[in-house]
Amino acid sequence: MISIQTGDFDSAAEYAALRDSGAGTGAIATFTGLVRDSGDTQGVTGLYLEHYPGMTEQVIQGLIDEASSRWDVRQARVIHRVGRLALQDQIVFVGVCSGHRGDAFAACEYIMDALKTSAPFWKKEINQDGEHWVEQKASDRERSQGWD
Amino acid sequence: MSANTITVRFFARLREELDTEQLAVEARPGLTAGDVMADLASRGGAWSQLQGEQPVMIAINQAMAKPGSGVQAGDELALFPPVTGG
Repeated sequence: MISIQTGDFDSAAEYAALRDSGAGTGAIATFTGLVRDSGDTQGVTGLYLEHYPGMTEQVIQGLIDEASSRWDVRQARVIHRVGRLALQDQIVFVGVCSGHRGDAFAACEYIMDALKTSAPFWKKEINQDGEHWVEQKASDRERSQGWD
Repeated sequence: MSANTITVRFFARLREELDTEQLAVEARPGLTAGDVMADLASRGGAWSQLQGEQPVMIAINQAMAKPGSGVQAGDELALFPPVTGG
């Protein structure tokens, strides 16, 4: 399940959907990203997120397919919000269920790391001085390349 | 747009700095994404960054591509800064 949406999401409902994936599921790993008060700039009060409709969903589906070819992935759910977000708002949810914890951890981390460098989303930080497009981090590229 | 054009779309910082969401360029045999970027960069000003030091990512029909990738009539070529989601 992939959803790009402006509205918030309910992590508990996502977890429940993952848990309802059959008796073979023995592990669920989830990640939730939040709007933080500092990034490229300090005193961040919110974010604006833009995406490339259509391509975004295709890229994320490709990441889920790749994760499924590497690990035992029984179900994966990815939600990414776009538009204007406030401090501490939820931005992104990645949840994976597998037979065992190793596969669940790895697939969840892989999808999240790869999403950051390949899914067409762009973040703009908002603070009292104005707005600032966030630059891609070398550390994010290195994390993503670590899965190659 | 005529049938012989390629739609070029811009996102995020590029869209703002070029003040352009999309435009159409004439297709021609052997045309690559890099050729389109060079043609647009020759407009000068903010357009020069399409051949500048800052990396520009390329997608053709919503799949990642390279400067040497060919583009033809009817294609959607997207140019955007490195992505920063998550």
